[in-house]
Parts: sequence; structure tokens; C-alpha cells
Amino acid sequence: MLRPCRVNDIIMTNTPTYIGFEEYSEHVPASIPSAVQQATNRFVGGRAARVAELPQWEQLRQAGSDIRQHTIENMDVYLTRLEQKVLSAGGNVHWAETAADARRIVLQIAKENNVKTAVKSKSMATEEIGLNHALEAAGIEAIETDLGEYIIQIAGTGPSHIIVPAVHLKKEEVAALFSKHLGIDAPSDPIELARIARETLREKFLTAEMGISGGNFLIAETGTLVIVTNEGNGRMCTTMPDLHVAVVGIDKVIPDWESLTVFLKLLARSATGQKLSTYTQFITGPRRADGEFGPKEFHLVLLDNGRSKILKDPVGRDVLKCIRCGACANVCPVYKNVGGFAYGSFISGPIGAILTPQMLGTQTARELPYASTLCGACADVCPVKIPIPTILRHLRRRVAQGDEFSEPSMPAPIRFTADLAALALAWNWIYRFGARILPIINPFFRRDGWLTGMPYPLSRWTKVRPLPAFSARFRQWWNVRSTKEKGTTR
Amino acid sequence: MPKAQLFITCLGDQFYTSTLQNMTHILERLGVELTFLPEQTCCGQPLFNNGFEDKTRAVALNFMRAFAKSDAPIIGPSGSCVGMVKHHYPSLFKEGTSEHALAVDIASRIFEFTEYLVSVLKVTDVGAVYPHKVTYHASCHYLREMGLKTEAKSLINAVKGLEFVPLNEEETCCGFGGAFTVTYPEVSRSMMENKVKNIIASGADTVITCEPGCLMNMAGGLHNAGSNIRAMHIIDLLASK
Repeated sequence: MLRPCRVNDIIMTNTPTYIGFEEYSEHVPASIPSAVQQATNRFVGGRAARVAELPQWEQLRQAGSDIRQHTIENMDVYLTRLEQKVLSAGGNVHWAETAADARRIVLQIAKENNVKTAVKSKSMATEEIGLNHALEAAGIEAIETDLGEYIIQIAGTGPSHIIVPAVHLKKEEVAALFSKHLGIDAPSDPIELARIARETLREKFLTAEMGISGGNFLIAETGTLVIVTNEGNGRMCTTMPDLHVAVVGIDKVIPDWESLTVFLKLLARSATGQKLSTYTQFITGPRRADGEFGPKEFHLVLLDNGRSKILKDPVGRDVLKCIRCGACANVCPVYKNVGGFAYGSFISGPIGAILTPQMLGTQTARELPYASTLCGACADVCPVKIPIPTILRHLRRRVAQGDEFSEPSMPAPIRFTADLAALALAWNWIYRFGARILPIINPFFRRDGWLTGMPYPLSRWTKVRPLPAFSARFRQWWNVRSTKEKGTTR
Repeated sequence: MPKAQLFITCLGDQFYTSTLQNMTHILERLGVELTFLPEQTCCGQPLFNNGFEDKTRAVALNFMRAFAKSDAPIIGPSGSCVGMVKHHYPSLFKEGTSEHALAVDIASRIFEFTEYLVSVLKVTDVGAVYPHKVTYHASCHYLREMGLKTEAKSLINAVKGLEFVPLNEEETCCGFGGAFTVTYPEVSRSMMENKVKNIIASGADTVITCEPGCLMNMAGGLHNAGSNIRAMHIIDLLASK
């Protein structure tokens, strides 16, 4: 059974006070890396095949990057246009500055409409604001209808991947969860499990008074909400109940339909290795006066929750270009070995490592910018070219030395170690003296030609693998050789 | 006769004396006149990558002052360290200052070892003989930051008697990542063990890399796994007779 570590366990449901990446990384349940790698490797393969089919892939990425860059730099303009268009299409627009504001707005709408049950389409924004808990606390039953989200809702955890929230679970674990939760004997066959979920959820679709969704894009040109899904549940949630509430981050706005063509080409290919997701929905306002289908009321909750603060940082704000495809996580060797819970928040992987510290602050999430080897695989696949390693370094600077957005949060012993290192490396006589005496310690730790069991801080290296013996002899060799050469030429 | 300065890197300096000697021999055999400036220490990447940009400046200044003594190209046995100087030094100093001008100058004339051989000297066959089954790990900064995708392989393929076998997940990080390895040792372990598993599965008896850091990590990991597979810097392969 999955058990996120103590620190991160709390985080998955509330606003965390501290995210312990290291603590979690030392207690990763053994089943997680293999489950995660199995799924992400499949996505990586699928993505590579789709990319290979498109000779203009790099131009598409560049176009995607340029449009997102332009949009975040002119977000006020596009959000204003979007609001006007949604209103003129008969929808309602709500501005939520904080997560608490967004929860309050959704609860208010639910109360006004006497909602007892809400069906939810998969949404990172509602994970971000912890909406399910707020609805439950207010006595409203909220049911996740995306299979992965349904599974983690039963499991009582947050998502461990942007697009496959239950990626950390094996089918046997899902079967056990279904059996326990539904009081049946569920087999560990994915098709059978999907059938069980489908039957259970069908009932909810028919009775729910409110449908809640997120959104993949918001088209400012016409005030259109775009949702892509693979299971069709998104369409059920947004058409069957009479009331539809969409909670969407302000960063999801794009200028126009022409831009959308670029992102639809990029998104599914990057995410799941599909050319297009199975369902692509365009929602412009509620049911028309003469319309037959669709909800009678449409509410768009535009979520800021720190985004406009991030926009003020010319380096960090590139994180808002993200279209939530998860490709960065799929290729990240760190993510693949620790899983999503290590990142302690609704969003994980490399994008989580650069978003969470900006949303929650580097005091809370100071470990996350360091949760990367800066290998750069993420930036290579990002469909909108977010320079993830650059932002990781930028946030590390915020942690280590502070900047205009935050005080430093690096523990004193590490700052002191860095001071010593800087001293030794900048004053080359200290370095050279050190290099000459270091080999003296070799005999104390040498075994089979390697150094093992060394004291702190080298113990952090030798606990994993031995260290080669110190052997700084090049400088001496060079000197002897140069002296000899001078001798022979003279 | 081309002139060049040796940048030995701090890891090379501490742990890989014979690799540095081999680097000297190969370059001299190819007709390069070398100098070595003893004031060099480290490029400062460990500080820079961990957020201590202010502290990095003093280290970079030491490096730049040392190598400013000559205007010859600078050659280092690490894509990561060379990448630090080439791609990040100019960003450390304010534009318009003499330090910035020097950083730009140094960045423009620093080369990773295989890059220098293949792109500057236009050499791929250095006359090495190594009758073994060999695989290759593409180091992250060498591959992605320096953009060196073909250099190492063209040098490896020119070695006589060598049989090349592919490595599954060749371009996946080995888990070194500089200070990452001591910041999150358990994650580094998982990544290293995955790399070692792939190396063993390749059937090679030697794994080649162009980075001292990856080399230390993979060699130690192979030793832990009780494997006889040799992890070797490409320089040592190219010096084999």
C-alpha cells in the first residue's frame, strides 16, 4: 500500500509548511519507480514516434514558445478580452486571487444552486486549490470521473503525475482499492476495472447537479474554453448537469484559434504520444436560448493564486508558458526514480520543481530546485521550450543567496561549506596546498584500491559508491618534465 | 604549430593523473604545443550550479586571470567544466566591465577535448588500438549544453580492433549531477544503479565517457556491483596502443 512520507503526506491535502524531498527520497516505496518507469517509458516512446513523423516539429515548438511568451507578457490584454467574450456569450466570470478565494467562489455557486453532488473532470487547477476537500467539508459529494483521478480520490492522495495521476499504482493495487472502497471483489484486469468505474460513475453523471472542470486553453478571441480528454468524461461533466463551473489558471489564456492549432499539435504528441486526444471540446458560454444541450449556467473561475506575482520575475515567469503535458516528467531520471509525491504538491516532476517554489515560496520548497542533476532532458522535450535548467539555477540562487523575491533559505552549514569552497578555489595556493596533502588520507580509507567509509561530508558519496584514491600528481609530473625539457634543449 | 593551454579540471587534478598525462601525450603527438598554468583550480561550477553565484565570481576570476596569461585556446577533458566557462562565465559579470570582456574572450577560446580534436584539428583517428567490446555513455552537459553529439563516437569508431555495442538509455543521466550526488544520495544511487544495469546488459567490457564526474560515479557503481567492466575516460581509450 502506498504511503507517502509523513511530511509530504500532509502536503497532498493542505497547504504545506515544508516539503521534504530528501526525506521522501529516502523512503520511496519500492513499487513506485517500476510503475512510474513502465508508464513514462511508454509515453517517451510514443512521443518520439510522433515527433519523428513531423519534420516541422522544431518549428512548431518555436511557434508554441513564441505564442506563450507573447501571451504571458500581455496577459492583462488577453484576460480582459477573454472576460468580455465569455460575458457576451452568456457566461459568468469570477476572479480568484487566492486558492481560498477560488474555493469560496465555487462553494457559493454550489450553495446558490442547491448542489448535493458534483461530477469532476480531471483538473490540475482544482487539485491546486484542494477543491474536493472544501466541497466535502461543505457536505457536497464531489466525484472525480477521470479514471486516474477517481483512483487517487479513493486512495486519498493527490496526483503523482500531471496527466496520469495514478501512475504510481499497479493494477493489483488499484484492484485492492476498488475492492475495499466499493465492497466488491475487483479483479486486477484494467479493462474490468475501467468497466466497474464506468458503471459506478454513470450513476453519478445522471444525478449530479453540478459539473466541474478545469481547462487546457482559454481562447481570448471568442471566450472559448478548450478541454482535451481521452475518456469522454469531460464531455459528460460539462454537458449533463445544468450547471458547469470551470476553474482555470489565468496562464491558460491564448490569443486566438490560430494559436490553438499549434498547441493542439504539440500537446497530445508531447503528453501521451497521440496525434490528438480522443475528445477535444470547445465551450463558449452556456446553452443558447434556442439550444437543446449543455448546461444552463456557465461559470469561469479565473485562478491567480500567485501567478501574477510570478509574472513579475523575468526569469521565473517562463514557468507560466507550461501547457501541462508532463513530457518533462516522463524523461526526468529523478522523477522516474522517486515518483510524484516527492515533490510534495499538486504538480510534480521538473515543472513542479520550478513552479512549487515560486507558488509556495523557497522557504517551504527550498529542496525542490535542487531535485535535479541539471541534465537538461526536460528542456529538450518541452513543447514550449521552457528553459527548465536555467530556472532551476535561478531558484537555487534565490535559496542560496536570496533575491528581490525572497530571503535566502539555505541552511547555515551548507552556506558555510560553500564559503570554504569559494575561499579554497579562489585562492589557488590554498587549493594547491590542499591537493598536495589530500593523498595523505588515502591509506586510512583504502580498500581494493578505492576509498570507502569516509567521514562527513564525503560519507554522502561513499555511502553509495566508493571514491577513487586522491592522486594529484599531474602538476608534479608536468614540472619535472618541463625542467627536463629545458635541460635537453639548452 | 598550434598552441594550447591545458585546463585539467579539479576532478581530473585530484583523481585522474594518468588521464591528464595521456591528454598531454595525445595533443603533443598531434603537434600541439602545450602550456600548463598552475594557478588554475576549478571552474566554479559546483558553486554556480548550487545557487552561489556571488561566490562563483571570485573563483571565475582566478580561472580567468590564470588563462589570460596567454591567448592560446584552452582545452579541458570535461564538457561540463568547459560548458561552465563557455556558456555561463559571461553571465557572471556586468556587460561593459573588463571582467565581462575577459569572460567573453575566454569563453570564445575554450574547447572540450574531443571537440578540439574533431572540430579544430580535424582528426578522428589518433592511431589508438583497443581490441575490446566498448559502449558509450553520453554525458549530459557534454551532449546537451555543449551540443557534442557525434564527436566522441567518431573518435571511438576510429579505434582499431574495437567493437562498439550500443548502450540502452545512452543519453540518460548517470546520477552524478555534481553536488546532487551528495544532496540526494539515494536518488543518485537509483540513477547510478540503473546506468550500471544498462552497462552490464550491453555486453561491453569497457564503458567510455567524456566526463570525469560520470566516470567516478559509474566506475564506483560498477565496482560495487562486483563487475569487471572498466569505466574509462575517452582520453585513456585514445591513448591505448
